[in-house]
Amino acid sequence: MTALWIVLAVLAAFALGLLLGPARPRFRKPKPGTRRILVPFTDGRLDSRVLDAAIRIAHAEGSTLVPAYLLRVPYQYAEDSPVTDEVAVALPLLEAVENAALRAGVPVDARIEKGRTPTHALRRLWDVEHFDRVVAPADPTIRHGFTMHDLTWILEHAPAETLILKPMS
Amino acid sequence: MRGRYRILLGMAAGVGKTYRMLQEGHQALDEGEDVVIGYLEPHDRAETMSLADGLEQVPRLHVLQSGLDLMEMDTDAVIARKPQLALIDELAHTNATGMRNEKRYQDIDEVLESGIDVISTVNVQHLESLNDAIFELTEVRVRETFPDRILDEADEVVLVDLTPEALQQRLRAGKVYAPDRAEAALVNFFRVDRLSALRELALREVAEDVESRRVAQSLDPLSRQAVAERVLAMVEPQPKSQRIMRRAWRSAQRLGSEMDAVWVRPSGREPTAEEATQVAALRRLAGILGAHFLEVDGDDLVATIRRVAAERGSTYIFVGTPDESRRREIFGGSLLSRMVRELPGIDIRVVASRVDRDRLSP
Repeated sequence: MTALWIVLAVLAAFALGLLLGPARPRFRKPKPGTRRILVPFTDGRLDSRVLDAAIRIAHAEGSTLVPAYLLRVPYQYAEDSPVTDEVAVALPLLEAVENAALRAGVPVDARIEKGRTPTHALRRLWDVEHFDRVVAPADPTIRHGFTMHDLTWILEHAPAETLILKPMS
Repeated sequence: MRGRYRILLGMAAGVGKTYRMLQEGHQALDEGEDVVIGYLEPHDRAETMSLADGLEQVPRLHVLQSGLDLMEMDTDAVIARKPQLALIDELAHTNATGMRNEKRYQDIDEVLESGIDVISTVNVQHLESLNDAIFELTEVRVRETFPDRILDEADEVVLVDLTPEALQQRLRAGKVYAPDRAEAALVNFFRVDRLSALRELALREVAEDVESRRVAQSLDPLSRQAVAERVLAMVEPQPKSQRIMRRAWRSAQRLGSEMDAVWVRPSGREPTAEEATQVAALRRLAGILGAHFLEVDGDDLVATIRRVAAERGSTYIFVGTPDESRRREIFGGSLLSRMVRELPGIDIRVVASRVDRDRLSP
């Protein structure tokens, strides 16, 4: 009789474990970091070496990576116009950046911001969100992305420690 | 009047786009049209080059750049020649420095503006919006891209298709590259898995192009109303909601529909500072995407969504992967099963992180 009670107790414990236990093996997702690293980029590209470096920094510091795509709204349109074509370029790129960070175990919180120029969009973002570090890509060999003028502006106005990363040529 | 533009789209080099372009040129010539080759990419493919015989070629421009003798299309000469049809290869090509236009598709635009019909060729990996998807698939960053609007604005987009296996056969037979280069290509870019993915992208692009033209041309306003879709993205003040909104927007674009995003805020609870920042970011994203952002109070998530969906006329709901315990699923009913049960007639899509696909690997 005692043996029967023991068997029943084991079965009950097993059933309770099934009920209360996790539905499936949990995939370890990165926990949000307390510090936030902003990686702004524009014009449909972000050099993968710059991204890798930003991910390494975020990993080392236990920070959340905030990739931010900066959209330009041409002057002939109202500032709040939807810029569908540019958004269509930005979204897959942002998704790829987000995936790269998550794969590396770095928490990510992506943004899109728009303005008349990349620096205008950046100023808008800085007005409403806090960042502990800014990592900006620089590549003077290409015709897209931040200009030297933009980079100077970023260094002068960034509300946080700023790192300009130049990819190896 | 602007000329007609026909684009031959392929998944990769060697599928036969240039060959098809020349065939169509010969056919037009046989039908009495005045046809010239505006630019033919010299691929050193015997079959292709022999097919160019019998078609007039507008002399190309020689441009000296960094000690190299580069050849470019002479756009002015093509326009001055005034044929009815010009065959112009590789529309995504970047011109040599110093040319009037940076890209060949801009040269083609000038030719079309002068009233000349154009047939051109391009591979799907050059499409700007696919640049990152292609990079993820092939680990090759394509530098020469062209904007998506080029395909949208073309009068016809025709897929030149070949199975990956057939393309590999062509490579092995030396019909695409010289044998030494073909061997390297077969183990790198031209692997069956990569070609299959590229083929899928090319097929999808052409299918979407056909669909958008069909809907735009054939449906009267009443029919459009009948098939109208409206997308609703369920968001929370969390970073993953950015992804849900982005995916919902891309689907809304494909469906040609309006999009709403809704956050169901628990009644009587003020958002924390972190939640307020996330909601503000979502609201800004909605503005950029041209979506409507709604913030509604409710303690029963599914009942609130049901009310919002009815009010907004939603037909398609995007929701993130629920993070529920087995206990809650059993005792409270899972969120998804409740949604399926209580939102009849509405499509529901669960947005996952692509990174989670890594877990599928054995």
